[in-house]
Amino acid sequence: MHEVKDLKSPLAPSQVTSESTATILRELVTHLRENRTQLRQEWAHRITEAKLLTAMSADEIFTEATAVYDQYVEALETGTFEALQAYARNLSERIIPRGVETHEVVGIVLLLRDVLARSLFAKYQGDFGKLNRILDAYEPAANRIANTVAVGFVQERERIIREQQEAIRELSTPVLQVRERLLILPIIGVIDPQRARQLTEQLLRGIRTNRAKVVVIDITGVAAMDSQIANHLVQTVEASRLLGATVIVTGLSPEIAQTLVNIGVDLGKMNTVGDLQGGIEGAERLLGYKVVPIGDNTKNA
Amino acid sequence: MAVPILKQGAFLIASIQSALTDTDLVQLRDALVGQVGSYRSRGVIVDVTALDVLDSFASRTLRDLAHMVRLRGAETVIVGIQPEVAFTMVRLGLTLEGVATALDLEEGLFYLNEKLRSTQQTTQ
Repeated sequence: MHEVKDLKSPLAPSQVTSESTATILRELVTHLRENRTQLRQEWAHRITEAKLLTAMSADEIFTEATAVYDQYVEALETGTFEALQAYARNLSERIIPRGVETHEVVGIVLLLRDVLARSLFAKYQGDFGKLNRILDAYEPAANRIANTVAVGFVQERERIIREQQEAIRELSTPVLQVRERLLILPIIGVIDPQRARQLTEQLLRGIRTNRAKVVVIDITGVAAMDSQIANHLVQTVEASRLLGATVIVTGLSPEIAQTLVNIGVDLGKMNTVGDLQGGIEGAERLLGYKVVPIGDNTKNA
Repeated sequence: MAVPILKQGAFLIASIQSALTDTDLVQLRDALVGQVGSYRSRGVIVDVTALDVLDSFASRTLRDLAHMVRLRGAETVIVGIQPEVAFTMVRLGLTLEGVATALDLEEGLFYLNEKLRSTQQTTQ
């Protein structure tokens, strides 16, 4: 194709081609319609040969290929890409959960482009000027189609990723009641400002709904936090106090301890205990619980 | 709007029902500090459940109220701060330092009762 392009410029100056782009496109579309069955088959065959879309069966590939082919021809004919865009998004929605990768989608669209280009070469090999004009009309449209499909796929993927991130966030901030009036909030992973805000909201709401008196925030699973997040943690502790709950923070890593000291937290305001067990024991003391082994209990009774 | 002050045993309860102007707040503060003496109350509960904003003036007035009441020999507890209000206050640096807080009226009464009992025990 590069050779052709290199030859094209002296042979086919733009004013010659622009005059009949519409008719050329019409001719092109007619050609693609007439050879639909054969070209479609050729394409599906090349897809399987290139080991693309391995997650799908041959029948499925053929069905999708037919639909894409028709959309493709229609986009070429009308020059509008909305329908194709919608179809690409819909297709992505169906195939992303099955593990289809970006390179596969881009690959199949480029394959179709090549298959069609080849068929054009074959048809117009006798008339070089005509071939050039046809390719002039075909190439920009084909590239735009490939672009549209690829962008649609990537956008759909990003949307799914965003949704999943949201879901992970929701799941990753449980506020759990372990005893009457005692909540624990285990935090695992990286805390970004948005998650920090969500944590605070859920905790404060949890204090209200569970009528909690003591909250143990366990940050064993947090490797490090910057001063902004550390500040936020301190604010959460103070806000909880305003709701009448005492907060015990457990599992501070040495790095986090250093951060807290560096930002100059008033340690009188913050109750910290080494690990979650110690935190829960401390909370039980505050609430007036005493945990006694069953053996001892029966001896006393 | 004046805030009604209810006497409940050894405690005074002021339940704020609507947004208060600065003057109302100061009036409430003065009334409570005065009545702690006249009723020989041991504790004061200010219920702010109905407030969805606690600005710097309100926070300062409530803190002053608590400190003044303590100087008059009683305890104050602020109850019913909403979660959103609490976080906004903390962000603005209004943390009501040195003032007891509780979830709701019931908790506030429980807190004051405990406090009262422990002081009685130590004096006995």
